[in-house]
Amino acid sequence: MAIVVKRPKLSFWEKLYLPGIIKGLGITLRHFFLSLTGKTKVSMQYPEEKWDSHLPEYYRGAPALVTDEQGRERCVACQLCEFICPPRAITIHPEEIPSEDKWAKVEKRPQEFEIDMIRCIYCGLCEEVCPEQAIFLRKEYAFTGLKREDMVHNKKRLYEIGGVREGLVNKWNELK
Amino acid sequence: MPNTVQEIQALDTGAKVSQGAESYQASTEDMIGEKLVINMGPSHPATHGVLRVVLELDGETITKAIPDVGFLHRGDEKIAENMQYNQFVPYTDRLDYLAPLANNVAYALAVEKLMGWELPPRGKAIRVISCEIARISAHLLGIGAYAMDVGAMTVFLYTFTQREYIYNLCELLTGARFTTSYTRVGGQIRDVLPEFLSELEKFCDGFLPALDEIDKLLTRNKIFFDRTKDVGVISKKDAIAYGLSGPNLRGSGVDHDVRKAHPYLDYDQYDFDVPIGAHGDCFDRYLVRMEEMRQSIRILRQVMKNLPDGPINIVDPKNTLPKKERVLMSMEELIHHFILVTQGLDAPEGEVYFGAENPKGELGFYINSRGGGVPHRLKIRAPSFVNLSILPKLLPGHMMSDVVAILGSLDFVMGECDR
Ligand code: SF4
Ligand code: SF4
Repeated sequence: MAIVVKRPKLSFWEKLYLPGIIKGLGITLRHFFLSLTGKTKVSMQYPEEKWDSHLPEYYRGAPALVTDEQGRERCVACQLCEFICPPRAITIHPEEIPSEDKWAKVEKRPQEFEIDMIRCIYCGLCEEVCPEQAIFLRKEYAFTGLKREDMVHNKKRLYEIGGVREGLVNKWNELK
Repeated sequence: MPNTVQEIQALDTGAKVSQGAESYQASTEDMIGEKLVINMGPSHPATHGVLRVVLELDGETITKAIPDVGFLHRGDEKIAENMQYNQFVPYTDRLDYLAPLANNVAYALAVEKLMGWELPPRGKAIRVISCEIARISAHLLGIGAYAMDVGAMTVFLYTFTQREYIYNLCELLTGARFTTSYTRVGGQIRDVLPEFLSELEKFCDGFLPALDEIDKLLTRNKIFFDRTKDVGVISKKDAIAYGLSGPNLRGSGVDHDVRKAHPYLDYDQYDFDVPIGAHGDCFDRYLVRMEEMRQSIRILRQVMKNLPDGPINIVDPKNTLPKKERVLMSMEELIHHFILVTQGLDAPEGEVYFGAENPKGELGFYINSRGGGVPHRLKIRAPSFVNLSILPKLLPGHMMSDVVAILGSLDFVMGECDR
């Protein structure tokens, strides 16, 4: 149903400009005292205070690679994430795992894995498509760099951010 | 003075400026009718982004106005032709970046229409929640920035406090505060959590008093009233002729809301009113937006009360990614996962248009598919772009300082206009 919005009729008093200003000041003053006494808290003194503790588990910050409890790098360099990434932020150079390695069974791993954080739009598609639970979007979000190269996360940096993730499905270990 | 849409389309920016200079030259011969051509924007705080308006002034009165858009053009439509349907979802965030959730939903619905899919009830209800919180967020910014444009700085701070709470909600819902990328073709990335619902309830309770406060600051304020009343009047006829939509159309008294006229997402189940204006001026457009937020809260409450249980995504194993656990452990699902990710949906051939009632107006997606996972052509009907087309008609005759009031009341966003 359509309703016609009601337009106020200003009283003589309201037409005098001054009452409007006083009313506005009153509202501001009320907020002033509320925040002074700590009843409402709207400002956050970043970076001393941070919102980080409120971030949900699935917060979409920087994408990063993870290792599992056995210390195996999860990524098998299937390049699905490289393929799906809408702004083409990911570059992967795969390599074969040498036969004397403990995880030779897995066969493939990334030699270099780069995510260009200038390009990344934090969409989470890489995490969604990864068939190995190897890439996750973590809670890190503040990156700085003096050069463009500083903003490209290489494999080492990605594993640093990602760390060890527990409770992942371990399909390769059983085959050992 | 000739001032038609064709005339604007025919000229490029350089020609427009030289034409302005010519008319300036011509008019300086006659000192009485001296005209001044000035550029407002592209970086002017009242143009909400990068809109440039070439204004021809006679004294303080505008005699001609030519909007010049395209400074934020990123080629979204072309980008869409080069990627799969699901990959384009993050790009829809960046259309109307004040209401990314609503864009996600509109886009997903358009592709689902092509696929012939209908979401289960819970999925639809979640999408209604997304759309309505996006509407509140966009209108809050619209009104806050509008009030600031006409000189009331405080309102902006209070509306932004509320928007911050909405961002907290978005974060809980999608995992991102701003670029939500929440929907996928055939569903959404995650179900709502119980905490989200209780937070939403809290937000609704706290929001109405805050809205009343904004109302108190603006609606009966003589200064705001004088700056917006009878300024930028759009008649019913013009509003329809120029294809306006959303609050700008309803402010002129046309009772058209896509949610009512062509119900999608079960909007016909919810009880809400469509506010319309009586005069078509800036003040009416402001009032319509205020009332729409109240109605959105009404819808949100209804959805929360009867949130259905069940699945949130479509069941179509051929075209939706298999469950992660299965992909990890079984070969068939893994192969299927790879095929789906690399080839995309198996969309039928055909053309569809779907328009959704977004905060700014009717956001439409026209998809021309020749089959396969990539659209052959994707056209975005951006409400802000269409709403701006009325400027050459609307601005002449007004004072220079009314331009900010009119631009503010049209509440456009250039990310969507230039797309
Ligand atoms: S989050 Fe999105 S943009 Fe960033 S690397 Fe992953 S897929 Fe690419
Ligand atoms: S991160 Fe995942 S999707 Fe990307 S290459 Fe490694 S295993 Fe494949």
